[in-house]
Amino acid sequence: MNEFKRTPKPRVSELPIAAIIPEPGNSKYYFTGDWRSVRPVINKDKCTGCSLCWVYCPDTAIIKVEGGKYDVDLNYCKGCGICAEECPVKAITMVEEGED
Amino acid sequence: MGMECAAAAALAAKLAMVDVIAAYPITPQTHIAETLSEYVANGELDAEYINAESEHSAISACIGAAATGARVFTATCGQGLALMHELLPIAAGWRLPIVMVNTNRSLSPNLNIWGDQSDSMASRDCGWIQFFAENAQELFDLVIMAFRIAEDERVQLPVMVNAKGFYCTHVIEPLIILDQEEVEKFLPPKKIQKYALNPNNPTTWGCVAFPDVQTEIRKQWDDALRNSIKVIREVFKEYGSLFGRNYDIIETYRMEDAEVGLLLMGYACGTCRVAVDTLREEGEKVGMIKLRVFRPFPFDDLAAASKNLKAIGVFDEAISVGGVGGPLFGEVRSALYSLERRPKVLGFIQGIGGRDIKVDDFIRAYYEIKSVLSGEKRIENDFMFLQVRE
Repeated sequence: MNEFKRTPKPRVSELPIAAIIPEPGNSKYYFTGDWRSVRPVINKDKCTGCSLCWVYCPDTAIIKVEGGKYDVDLNYCKGCGICAEECPVKAITMVEEGED
Repeated sequence: MGMECAAAAALAAKLAMVDVIAAYPITPQTHIAETLSEYVANGELDAEYINAESEHSAISACIGAAATGARVFTATCGQGLALMHELLPIAAGWRLPIVMVNTNRSLSPNLNIWGDQSDSMASRDCGWIQFFAENAQELFDLVIMAFRIAEDERVQLPVMVNAKGFYCTHVIEPLIILDQEEVEKFLPPKKIQKYALNPNNPTTWGCVAFPDVQTEIRKQWDDALRNSIKVIREVFKEYGSLFGRNYDIIETYRMEDAEVGLLLMGYACGTCRVAVDTLREEGEKVGMIKLRVFRPFPFDDLAAASKNLKAIGVFDEAISVGGVGGPLFGEVRSALYSLERRPKVLGFIQGIGGRDIKVDDFIRAYYEIKSVLSGEKRIENDFMFLQVRE
C-alpha cells in the first residue's frame, strides 16, 4: 500500500485538444502525494482502530486495513498532519520525507 | 451592389448561418450588431441573438455557445475588445472556432472613437488567428473564410477579422456578394466538435493545470496556431478557385524589381498603392507588401517577399509605448533578423486615433528610408512618428 506512485506526465501529443478531460472522475489518476513534505506514520501497536483519522482526513488518504486498524494511502496524502493532531492515543507521527 | 462595410460583415455572418450571436454595441462596430439583430428579429436568420450587458459577458456567452458546438459570431472594438481581454485566451486556448469582427478603434486614453490598430495589437498574444481587411469586399470574403478556417479540424481556433473603424465600417463600397447556395457549398453546416459540452458525455474544460503540465498545454496551442497557416493558404486558394477572388497570406504590389518595400496591414494599403505609383513615376524602385495574416505570423512569406530588398518601411497604426516602436515593426524586424542578407527595417507610426493617412505620408516615409540608406540620416531606435507636431 505504501508503494509510491508519481503522476504520469503527458507529452504535448498525448494531451487531448485544449487539455480537455474527457473522462469524468479521473482525479484518482492524479497522485497528489508527490508534493508532500511530511508523511504520517501510524504505530499499529498504539492504534485502537477508533477511525478518527479516517473521519478527519480532508482527502481520502486514510484507509482501513485488516485487523480493524488504519493506514495511509501515500499516493494522495499531502502531509497536512490533521490525522496526527486528532489521534486520541498519539499513534500517528509526522515524519519528514526522505527520513525513515 | 453598393453596401456599407459593416453591413457587408453582418451579411457574411448571416450567409454563414451562424447559430449564436452575442454582442454589445460600441462605435464603430455598432452597425454590425444592429444589422444582425435586425436579421434575427425579421426572421431572416435563424439564430440566437444575445444582447449582453457588456463585452465581457458577450464573449463569455460566445465561449459557452461555441463549447456546445454552435457556430458563433461576435463583433467589437477598442475598449470593448479590452474588456473582453480576460476571455480572449480562454476562447483560443479552449480551441473554440468563434469568428469576431474587430473594427479597429484607438484605445483610451484619450477618448477617441476613430480607427487605429492599438486594440487588436494589445490582444496579439491571446492566441487568436488575426486577419486585416482592406475594404468591404475583403471583409466580406474574410468573414466567410474565417468560419471555414476556424472550424477546420486541423485548426479549431477563433479568428479575429480586423477592419479599420469608420474607414472600413461606415463607408459604402461596391461589393460582390455570394448567394446562400454558393456559401453553403464552400462552408458546410458546422460539425459538432468531438469534446463539445454534452450532458450525455461529460467533459471537464479548463481545470487546474499544475506546473508539471501547463508548458505542454501552451505548446499544443502554439503548434495549432502556427500550423494553421497551411490551412489558411489552402482555404484562400479554394475560395479563389470557386469565386474568382484570390487572396494570399501576403500580397505584393509592384515589388518585382523593388529595392524598398512599404509594409502595412489593412485599410491604408489602397493609399499606399497610389503612393507607390507616384514614386514609380518618379523612377523610384519601390513596392508595397500587404500583410493580410498577422497571426499566425507569416515568417516564410515575409522572408520571400523581403528577398533582395535594401530596406523595408513598416507602418504601424499603434505604438508599443516605451517599447520597440510599432508592434508590427518590432515583429517584422525580429522575423527578418536571422536572414543572411537582411534588409534595413525602419518603423513609422501613423494613422493614430483615425488621423487620415495620405499619399504624401508614404512618400515622405519613403524618402526618410532613402536618406537612412544613403547614410545622410539616422533615425533613433529605427522608428519615428510620421504625423506628429513636435
